[in-house]
Amino acid sequence: MTQPIRRPKRKNPVLPMRLPVLPPGTRSRVGLGLTAAAAEGRFALQVCGACAAVQYPPREACHQCLGDELTWREQDGAGELISQTQLHTSHDTFFRQRMPWRLGMVKLDAGPTLVVHLHGDVGSAPARVKVGARLDKAGMAVLVGFPDRDVPHMADDTQLREFTCDPKYRKALVTDGKTAVGQAQVRALVDAGADLVWVGHAEPWKKLPGLAELRELPQVSLVPLDVTDGRSVKELAGEIGAKVDILVNNVEVHRAHGIASRYGTDIARAEMEVNYLGLLRLAQEFGPVMRGRGADGQSSAVAWVNLLSIFALTNFPTHGTYSASKAAALSLAQCLRAEMRPAGLRVINVFPGPIEDEWNQLLPPPKLAPAALARAVIGALRDGVEDVYPGDVAQEWLARFRESPKVLERELAGG
Amino acid sequence: MSARQGYAGVAVAVPVTVPYVRYSTRSAHWFIARALAALLQESGLRKEEVDGMCVSGFLLFPDTAVGLMQHLGVTPRWLDHIPMGGACGVVALRRAARAVQAGDAEIVACVAGDTNHVDSFRHTIASFSQFARDAVYPYGSGGPNASFAFLTDYFMRTTGATREDFGKLCVAQRANALRFPYALFKKPLTLAEYLAARPIAEPLHLFDCVMPCAGAEAFLVMSESRARALALPFARLLGTIERHNAFPEDAIQMRGGWALDRDALYEQAGVGPGDMDLVELYDDYPVITAMQLEDLGFCPRGAVLELLRSNTFTVDGTLPLNTSGGQLSVGQAGAAGGYLGMVECLRQLTDRALGAQVPGARHGLVSGFGMINYDRGLCSGAAVLAAGAA
Repeated sequence: MTQPIRRPKRKNPVLPMRLPVLPPGTRSRVGLGLTAAAAEGRFALQVCGACAAVQYPPREACHQCLGDELTWREQDGAGELISQTQLHTSHDTFFRQRMPWRLGMVKLDAGPTLVVHLHGDVGSAPARVKVGARLDKAGMAVLVGFPDRDVPHMADDTQLREFTCDPKYRKALVTDGKTAVGQAQVRALVDAGADLVWVGHAEPWKKLPGLAELRELPQVSLVPLDVTDGRSVKELAGEIGAKVDILVNNVEVHRAHGIASRYGTDIARAEMEVNYLGLLRLAQEFGPVMRGRGADGQSSAVAWVNLLSIFALTNFPTHGTYSASKAAALSLAQCLRAEMRPAGLRVINVFPGPIEDEWNQLLPPPKLAPAALARAVIGALRDGVEDVYPGDVAQEWLARFRESPKVLERELAGG
Repeated sequence: MSARQGYAGVAVAVPVTVPYVRYSTRSAHWFIARALAALLQESGLRKEEVDGMCVSGFLLFPDTAVGLMQHLGVTPRWLDHIPMGGACGVVALRRAARAVQAGDAEIVACVAGDTNHVDSFRHTIASFSQFARDAVYPYGSGGPNASFAFLTDYFMRTTGATREDFGKLCVAQRANALRFPYALFKKPLTLAEYLAARPIAEPLHLFDCVMPCAGAEAFLVMSESRARALALPFARLLGTIERHNAFPEDAIQMRGGWALDRDALYEQAGVGPGDMDLVELYDDYPVITAMQLEDLGFCPRGAVLELLRSNTFTVDGTLPLNTSGGQLSVGQAGAAGGYLGMVECLRQLTDRALGAQVPGARHGLVSGFGMINYDRGLCSGAAVLAAGAA
């Protein structure tokens, strides 16, 4: 049975820090379909449109009927462990540092045989397992064989923890604590076992509701942070950057209106200043030091979370300039993801629909409660997913976007 | 299926080995060149007289057999490149025999060789196949050790085989290897030492795994009349089989293509497993040897444990197996591993063993097994040979 992990000891500053290395990150183009699904937390395999055969490893043609209408369909992952091994040697630096390593061969009920990373709580073969897909440190999908029902402390399995960004015993920075979203995020991180949560607030002289209560929590520490001010970001990074394991960038400026309904560029500039350039400033100050700590023991630096918006995918004209700033932030977040990858750090982009806050006052329900958004972020960290679309509105927009971006654009234009 | 044409009139001769070394700074080209030179030296043929070439080598990249022809300065009118790993020896022989029978070539040099730099094995397994890159290498990068660990674990669980059973094969092969000059392993191995070895990928331990090395193996295929004219001792080819991706419906490999084709092999050969004086089975891990003994009919299905426990497998005992020590005790020189058993069988059948000779050996069986593309070895093959005078 998995032993719960313990609070890591204080670091010995004399010992050298282990440098990040990645597991093998090369995949064929067709093989990246597994990664595309795993990035959203789904385990999908190729299914033949002509004969319904399920296949793995990914191929260019159906192994049964040679059809080429292969679509990635979500699988329930039920199967049987038919063989296992415990590796004691490896040709790869990443795994050499993590031996021994347990692997299994699983016959999926749906058909194919899979090689999987095997969770420590799966019994000896033959045993029922549930296979899931996870992103590894290289950001590539791998398959994991889990026990077929949940057991205590499952997330603490040492192999599994290499694929996840669980906040337990980790230190986090939430860049804005003044909003309901930010405060819910701080509480959710504390509830998930975070060791320490720094909470940024841009205007410390203001007595904003909720902040005093947050300050009462023993894990929480309020810190001054104004992402529009390069010096403020630099100072905070200098102070705590080397300790931040998870950075949640939730600071944003959100005003309704498009182009004609609010003349001038002041509001649009403020949105870009915070939503886009704020991210850039944070990435430039916190990124390098977090990259250096990608393999820093049990509680290494693991994740960077960006609060974006489903409006980043397609412009929502009544929130037109806000949408544009979030689209810019999405593009920059993809750049950040590419730059964080060599260190094994996950960049998680969160695309909520309208949140239950004052700036979405005029929008009809359903709207996403701040606590639900915070839970979705914790879930993404625990499962190590990259892209999160929390809430019904986000899910629906995403489905419509994937069906046809053009149709969605026309629908959102109204009339 | 229509009756297959036999291999009447085909002679297999001039087994040569370029001595194995653990690591080499030479390239695969060098080893193949040395093997071709040794073939000419041993046969007395001029380079121009060899008009067919069949080549295997994992580390020829970026060259193929084509580039190698210019490299070696030869001008064959028949050329084949067999990238089938452990099955390349049997398959090369089949192809070359047909070329000679058809008159497309008169003398075919079959050569397999590879080098082994300190880091080359890691590169080979990292880019072995698309499936391996997508679905095996990211899982601990254990290479073939991990793949065979799965097969061994399953085999042990379903048949009741123990580590002692596999140990017996490894210990017997080491005993055979001690008399073979090219074997890289020169120390005796006891069952106790086998059992006490460190784990590699459980249930595999150190002596279950082949050691990568550098070297080359080669032989010539020509007509019997040509071999006689050249006064070359030769073996005759009685029967062959090959199969790829056999039993894809099996969830895990518990049998190979031999189980599908062995009746065709013995029918063509006109002899059966009981007639074999020696057996050279592909042996990168002992589980695959055990599997082949069953698949090739040396015991009834399900009786492999009794077979393992009731034979010595040594040259001077019962069912002489891998008489030069096999890859497990000689070393695995890349693609040359697919030729090791063939070259040894030719030496035994021409009464020119470099190590222990099986007295009066008349019939020998050679198998090949290659290419763990994803979860199992895809290529299987086997050949039955007879002493030239038989």
